[in-house]
Order: sequence, then structure tokens, then C-alpha cells
Amino acid sequence: MSPMARTAPVPAATDPAIIRNFCIIAHIDHGKSTLADRMLQLTGVVKQRDMKAQYLDRMDIERERGITIKSQAVRIPWEVDGTAYCLNMIDTPGHVDFTYEVSRSLAACEGAILLVDAAQGIEAQTLANLYLAMENNLTIIPVLNKIDLPAAQPEKYALELANLIGGKPEDVLRVSGKTGMGVEELLDLIVRELPPPVGDPNAPARAMIFDSVYDTYRGVVTYVRVIDGSLGPREKIQMMSTRATHELLEIGVSSPEPTPSKGLGVGEVGYLITGVKDVRQSKVGDTVTTFHKPATESLGGYQDAKPMVFSGLYPMDGADYPVLRDALEKLMLNDAALIYEPETSAALGFGFRVGFLGLLHLEITRERLEREHNLDLISTAPNVEYEVTLEDKKVVHVTNPSEYPSGKIAEVREPMVSATVLAPSEFVGAIMELCQSRRGILGGMDYLSEDRVEIRYRLPLAEIVFDFFDILKSKTRGYGSLDWKADGEQVADLVKVDILLQGEQVDAFSAITHRDKAYAYGVMMTGKLRELIPRQQFEVPIQAAIGARIIARESIRAIRKDVLAKCYGGDISRKRKLLEKQKEGKKRMKMVGRVEVPQEAFIAALTTDESSKDKSKK
Amino acid sequence: MTPSALPLGDPAPADGILPAQAAVGAAERKFSLYTHIPFCAVRCGYCDFNTYTATELGGGASQDAYAATAVCEVEFAARAMAASGLPERKLSTVFFGGGTPTLLPAGDLTAILGAAVEQWGLEDGAEVTTEANPDSVTRDSLAELRDGGFTRVSFGMQSAVPHVLKVLDRTHKPERVPQAVAWAREMGLNVSVDLIYGTPGESIADWETSVRTALSYEPDHISAYSLIVEEGTKLAAQIRRGQVPGIDDDDHAEKYELADALFQEAGLSWYEVSNWSRTPADACQHNLAYWRGDDWWGIGPGAHSHMGGVRWWNVKHPSAYAGRLERGESPAAGRETLDSDTRELERIMLTSRLNEGLAINTLRPAARKAVAGLIAGELVDPVKAFHGTLVLTLKGRLLGDAVTRALLD
Ligand SMILES: Nc1nc2c(ncn2[C@@H]2O[C@H](COP(=O)(O)OP(=O)(O)OP(=O)(O)O)[C@@H](O)[C@H]2O)c(=O)[nH]1
Ligand SMILES: C[S@@+](CC[C@H](N)C(=O)[O-])C[C@H]1O[C@@H](n2cnc3c(N)ncnc32)[C@H](O)[C@@H]1O
Ligand code: SF4
Ligand SMILES: [Mg+2]
Repeated sequence: MSPMARTAPVPAATDPAIIRNFCIIAHIDHGKSTLADRMLQLTGVVKQRDMKAQYLDRMDIERERGITIKSQAVRIPWEVDGTAYCLNMIDTPGHVDFTYEVSRSLAACEGAILLVDAAQGIEAQTLANLYLAMENNLTIIPVLNKIDLPAAQPEKYALELANLIGGKPEDVLRVSGKTGMGVEELLDLIVRELPPPVGDPNAPARAMIFDSVYDTYRGVVTYVRVIDGSLGPREKIQMMSTRATHELLEIGVSSPEPTPSKGLGVGEVGYLITGVKDVRQSKVGDTVTTFHKPATESLGGYQDAKPMVFSGLYPMDGADYPVLRDALEKLMLNDAALIYEPETSAALGFGFRVGFLGLLHLEITRERLEREHNLDLISTAPNVEYEVTLEDKKVVHVTNPSEYPSGKIAEVREPMVSATVLAPSEFVGAIMELCQSRRGILGGMDYLSEDRVEIRYRLPLAEIVFDFFDILKSKTRGYGSLDWKADGEQVADLVKVDILLQGEQVDAFSAITHRDKAYAYGVMMTGKLRELIPRQQFEVPIQAAIGARIIARESIRAIRKDVLAKCYGGDISRKRKLLEKQKEGKKRMKMVGRVEVPQEAFIAALTTDESSKDKSKK
Repeated sequence: MTPSALPLGDPAPADGILPAQAAVGAAERKFSLYTHIPFCAVRCGYCDFNTYTATELGGGASQDAYAATAVCEVEFAARAMAASGLPERKLSTVFFGGGTPTLLPAGDLTAILGAAVEQWGLEDGAEVTTEANPDSVTRDSLAELRDGGFTRVSFGMQSAVPHVLKVLDRTHKPERVPQAVAWAREMGLNVSVDLIYGTPGESIADWETSVRTALSYEPDHISAYSLIVEEGTKLAAQIRRGQVPGIDDDDHAEKYELADALFQEAGLSWYEVSNWSRTPADACQHNLAYWRGDDWWGIGPGAHSHMGGVRWWNVKHPSAYAGRLERGESPAAGRETLDSDTRELERIMLTSRLNEGLAINTLRPAARKAVAGLIAGELVDPVKAFHGTLVLTLKGRLLGDAVTRALLD
């Protein structure tokens, strides 16, 4: 048992030999943040009375949903055999949408704790994150968590882990983030097993930016890991990609509150504040050096996170458009993965087409925009990006179905992913059936243990990004897990389905689907609209069409009565107020030709079942 | 006639003096009197009028004293109108509504009427109506009303079908209606009956029975109202809990069309969306005063009044009402002085419901533009529009609020 370090090593004067940099990686919900809590507590950086569950999940959204969205790095002291060590721990998110956060964190570490829920075993993101860590040449410490659970099967899963990583099942450490059991041993093990960082303290400074966050009070806070040399306060720093220079206003470490320091030396992890207001001036993956003694070669960067799904965001009240624009601008400061451009819709007015990493990212972004800027937003049905080649060889990238070219089309290409599904072997049949129905091509299958199978498929992104996971979960009684990453594109037989109200096309409801699924979409959407659009003074046909061909139709019967036929005698004011209210209601109607469509109908029709459900638990 | 929720408005002064606007052009407008009687034997489940049962009021004391209190307001009204610069005008119509006016002894009603006539006088041949529940009148009471100056009685028949009456919580037996109508006729009173259609559980055949039965009594006038489920009523709660089925607009429309056809066949014509009369003279002149925007003073708790674009309403509770008058204060709880846009809105809203229609050349240009669309939508009679008057078609009557809205933007 190691005691809490009596004297913590001081930043900028810490011998790399006593530094250990590691991140905690796992499938979603396997307990990373809870384990981090115990580490914060045991090492004394968070006082008992300040402790709360998932301490590092600081955003409201993270706390409400119980998931981690942003990685958090914390410097913690730990003493082994009388030596005080400095540990930099990074808690990472587990959701597939935020995998890029994990890859950034890995680049700041020499080691990774691969955490596995002892009641669940290895799942898809366990594998995905393990492979990422291996690609980064990290030393991996496998750990079984939640061993306090009655349903825990540590023997079984220790064997699975040993099979996967090598080593002996007995060597897999067993902990409980909840009770704290085994966490001190784990800290000791981290000190013993992980290599210390190596770097040249006398070389020109090179520090890797692994996160960049906009803070209202302090401007951009840049998180770095120093590779060579050192950075000191009041130094003039330089971004190696742009050669832009900034004055350092503050340098420090998170423990876990920001604590200014005398600088950062080789192997240390900390933050820089320069007064810059835009995260893009302090880009994740860039290398920081000093102006007076600049390095010549930058460190390898990261790939930019690439948006996968696109959706139109529109303010419910058209007058809020400028507010939405400013809000997106602000959010983008904080979220390098977010991209957007203005667009207009005949039905919804002025808005933005926004690219996201996945549906959870979409949902969270929308929620933050609404909550932090007091906006009411409509988001259109999400879709992926298509590459359409016209017969004249012109190539168009379509992220909005209403921009689908109407001319002669030579070829449409859709984005593909390679997906990994992990599940108990009894579900193989059901999973294959599902993937097949989603136009998937089997890539391979392996047993991870006697009864756990890894199935690999190549699938169109559009087929898995929306409801696939929910269906997978229900087909595998909750045991299946999914991971995917972009994997090129393919030519596909896609069509655009339009929705017409009284013959007028409503751009917000158009969709690009595989030809075989066009009919189902048409029936679903026309049926939904029939329920949602109030009756008008005339019959309103609702049709779904591919080009000029009608594939589904519904109709809304004409309203027959709209009059207050009651004796209201002298109380004219009441009747008038009723009318004035109806008149107000009419203002909130969008006109599609002669048809009055209430705002709420748009929202409800565009709210896919998938996005209304709790998607956080992927 | 006094729905229980009061509007929000400006405060009204205790002396009852009206804003100057009330007197502008008053000499050209007719003047009517409404008297609210806020008592009922039982509260019907669908009703949200400002009315109270004896138990709700804790004994009959307030009923006994009511006529005297109402007379107080009559006198107050005459003083306030004179002090506000309104010209002397005879009463053009008088209407006693409720509640159940006939729950009070006929002598109370005639006493209030007498006090009003003493103050203002009555135009020759003026219509004086009371609402009545079929089981709250006798041959004698009707005779007394007639002798006291009443000319017309409006019976709350609602339906001829027992199971419908039951859902409506009506206490009278269907046979009671023809009896009451016969007595009223005998006394030489003009007779109207009120019907309600679209009650939960009422079939089309049930409704046809009610209409035909009402017609068999050969009334001079029929009002047919679609059942409105008012918030806070027992009926609303029953529907919410699923104890009785909800109401359906298509069913209402079908029943309206059926009733209109049967009334016409029997020689009654519509003069307002919910009202039909045997001859134009049989139309309820008091109700027409409301639609036409004439002046009236409303006596009684929760009663509404109107003078030249000034609307006000009294405090709701009978004891609060009595207290105000005892202290010599105006019983008004609030009022509003309508600006010209609002007055125009009301004018369109009210007169477009009448068969006599709305003169198109009085409409503002934007509203006039909407008329063509209303004709195309078959909501407005094309020939009458050609001759300058906007009159609703049958379809237009059923979509009357939509017509008003179209004329408003
Ligand atoms: N019984 C038990 N529950 C645990 C333990 N560790 C975590 N949990 C619970 O598991 C759930 C997920 O814990 P988190 O720490 O938020 O998991 P995470 O891996 O950080 O989740 P993401 O950041 O969303 O990927 C919470 O309800 C925790 O209370 C443990 O050791 N034992
Ligand atoms: C002021 S009420 C009361 C008259 C009298 N107390 C009676 O009930 O016979 C006048 C008429 O309004 C109608 N009415 C009352 N409540 C209604 C409702 N909720 N919906 C439709 N009509 C209603 C009834 O037809 C009633 O006869
Ligand atoms: S008797 Fe008339 S006023 Fe009284 S509660 Fe019934 S419907 Fe309402
Ligand atoms: Mg977490």
C-alpha cells in the first residue's frame, strides 16, 4: 500500500523519470470517470468534502446524461517506495462519436489503462480503443472494473482480456471504482509498469496541443504535452503550423483546478493561456515552440475530425437567426469537429447546415445551443454526404437532400464504414440478418472467447448511423455493441424521395434513400404528416414521389366546422380574445402553397424516433 | 348568459362614470337591458355560466334579496348613464337570462322589469324575454310574467331524448316541454326553444328526433347550439377520465346541416349562425342588438355591458355584487375601451354571423381583398356579395370563425 505523496513534485522542476502519463480508455459506461474519481480522492487532489461522482464530467450535459464528452487531464501525485511520482491521468469519453477525443489523449501518454466492466466483458469500443492505443505504441494495463457487482465474472473476462492482449489472466488487476478496492494497487502498478516520458530537456521546446477549449473568462485554454525542452511563464510562444506567435499570459497544470506554475518541462502535461479568442488559432495537433529558440521539426499532428452526419438547424422563430449564427460561432470555438454553413429552406426559412460526428454529437450540440443561448431549434432529418456525378462529369457533394441535382445523374457514391459488432455467439444469426438487410458485406468473424464473437462488416454509413444501434441492441437483448469508422465510399442505387403537400414539394421532408427503401420512407412520412397537419378548409393530398412518380399517398380530409356556435350573449370580449388567439396561432403557421402547416408539425415530422430516444447509452 | 371566467381589463371606477367614448353617437344607437339571474336548482355538467345553486350560496337568503339588489343596480345605471352624458333613451329590448330566471318568483322578475321601465321607459312593441327551464314555470307564473310585461319566453329544451338529457344533467322530463310551450302560447307569449347538438352519445337519429320534436311544438324561434366542452366543468372532467366519449366536429357539422334542412323545411330561416325564426320579426331582437353592436346595460353579478365601444363586466359573486351596491359603488369589476382596430374586429366578428350580412363597402381594403377567396371557397354567397353584402353560405356558417380570420388579415 502506498501512502498519499507527502510532497508533490513541482511542475517545471520534475525529473521525467518520476513522471507517468496515462489515459483511461474503455467502452462507454465501463466506469472510467468513476475510477478517475477514486484516483482524485486517493491522491488527495480533491478534498473529501468537494468530491462528487464523475467529478471530471463538468459540463451540465455530461452530468445530466452521465456520459463523458470531453477528455480531461489531471496531474496527481503518488508515492511508491518513498519516491514521490507525478502522474498525469486523462479520463476519456467512451462513445463512438467522440473517438477522436480518445486518439488525441493517447498521443499525450505513454500508457493506457484498458478498463473492462467485469459484468459485461469486452465490447466494441474496448477493442476499438485498444487498437488505437496499440497504434500509438502505448503500454497497456488491462484492468477489470466493477468487481463489486454480484453479476461480475472476473475469471471469465480476465481470460478474455489475456487472450486479447497476451499475458496471464491472473495478472489482470481487479478493481472497483465504486468501492475503491484495488485502486491503490493500480496506481502502484502504473508507476512500475509504464515507461517514463523521454525527451531532450535542452532541445528547442516542442509541445503537442491535444485539446483546446474556449472559456468565456479566460479565452482559449490550450492543453499541451511537452515533448522536448520547456516552456516558461511570460514566454513568447509560436505555433509551428502557422508561425503565429502569442504571449503566454499563464501556464499551469490541472490538479484538477487550473493551477499556475513556473512552467512545464519534458514529459509534463499542462495548459497555456495566451488571450487568443478562437480555438482555431490554437489548433489541436499543432506543435507549440518558443519564438526565441524555435524548433525546426514539428511533431506529427492528428487527422481532423471529419463530420459524418449533416442536419439543418433552424430557429423556430425566424427572428432568432442572428442569435443562432452567433451561438454556432461560439460553440465552434470549443468544438473543432463542428462545421456549418448557412442554408435556406422554403419551409423553414433561414438556418444552417451543420456537420456532426454522429447523432449524439448532433443532439448534444443542439441541446447546448438551445440551453446556452435560449434558442428553440428545429433540426431536419439527419443525413450523410453523397457524391453525385452528373452525366456531364460535374461532381456535386450533397449534404442536403433538397440540393440533390435534378439533372441526368451518372453515378451516386455514398460513404461507407467498417463496423465491428461484438456479441455473445448465440446472436450471430440475428446480427448477420440485420447487417445483410442494411446492405452490409461480411468482412470476417472471430471468436474472442468461447462464446463471444467479433463480426466485421462493411456497410453504408447511412444504414448504421441512425437506428441501427437501437435495433442491434434489441436483437441481442442488450448484449451487442457496435463500433465503426469511415471506410471509403461506394456506388449505390440511391434515389431522392420528395414529399408533396397539395402538389407542392416541401424541401424539409425530402430524403435520399436506397431505391429499395424509398417506398417505406414515403409511407412513413406521408402517414406521419397526415396525423400532424391540421385539417384545412379543403382536402389536402400528401404524396411521396421519386421524380414524377408517386410512390405513396395519403390525404387530410377537409375541416367542416370552425365556428363557435354557443350562446355567449353579452360576453363579446371572451369571443374576441379567442379569435385573437387563433389569429396569433395562424402567424406561427408556415404556408406551403395554400396549406397552413403549424411549426409543431414540422418539428414532430422531423423528429425521428431515433433522435427522440435516449441515445446517450451507446 | 354570463360565462364564469371574467376577462382581464382595466379597473372600473366606483362611481360608474363611463369614458367619454361611450356617449359618442349614442342617440343613434338603440339601448337594451340585460338582467342576469345567477341561480339554478342544479348545476348542469356542461354549463359554465355564472350561476349558483342554493347549497353553493349557503341558503336561500341571497335569492330572496336578489330582486331588490338588482333594482339597486337599475337605479345606479340610470344615474351613471346620465352623469356620463348619455342621452335619454327608451329600452328597445329587455332580456332576463341566467342561470334560471324563473327560479325566482315571477313577481321578482316583474318587479325588476317594472323598475327598469320606470327609469327608462319601453319602446312600443318592445321585446321582453326571459329564459326559462321547462320545469321552472307553471301556467300561473307564465300568466304573471305576461301581465308584468314579458312578451317572450325561451325554454331550455336541449334535447327530446332521455339518455341525452341525462348526459346533460337536465332535470326536466321531455313531456314537460310541450306543456310549458302550450301554456306560454295560451298566454300569448312568443316562444323559443334552445337545443344542444353533439352531446356525447347522441346519435344522428337522436338529434333528428330532438329537432323534429321541437318543430312539432311549432315555436316561433329555435336556437341550436353545438355542445361546447368548457374547461373546468364536470363534463370536461368526465371526458378527460374517459367516462363519456369526447365530442367531434364532424358530427357537429353533420347535425348542423341536418337541423338547418329540417328547420327550413318547417318554415324557419336562419338569421344568425345558431338562430332560426319563423318570420324576421320573430328573430330575437335582443340578441340582434348584441350582434349589431348596440348599447346595453347588463344588470347582475358577472353581467356584461356595452356602450359605444366601452365594454365592462360586473364582479362575479352574488355577495360581492350585493356588497358593492349596498355601499353605493359600481359593481363593475373591469372594463375595456376598445380602439378603432378592435372595434372593427368585433364588428366583423359579430355581423358576419348574421343573415343580414356585412356591407362589403364598409370593409377596409385588405379585408375586401379577401372576399374573392371566400367566394371561391364557397364560404360566402356570390350573388349577395355581387350586390354588396357579405352573407355566409351553409358551409360558411360552419366555418364562420375561419371567415372572420380571413377578413382580419
Ligand atoms: N457497481 C459499480 N458501478 C460502477 C463502478 N464504476 C462505475 N460504476 C457505475 O457505472 C456507470 C458508468 O460509470 P462512469 O464512470 O460514468 O463510466 P464511464 O466509462 O466514464 O462512461 P463514459 O464516460 O460515458 O464512457 C455509473 O452508473 C457508475 O456509478 C464500479 O466499480 N462498481
Ligand atoms: C344561459 S343558458 C341557460 C338557460 C336555462 N338556464 C337553461 O339551461 O335552460 C342558455 C343556453 O345556452 C346553451 N348552453 C349552455 N351551456 C352550453 C354549452 N356548454 N354548450 C353549448 N350550449 C350551451 C343552452 O342551450 C342553454 O339553454
Ligand atoms: S339550468 Fe341552465 S344556466 Fe343553470 S346550470 Fe343548467 S344550463 Fe346552466
Ligand atoms: Mg466518463
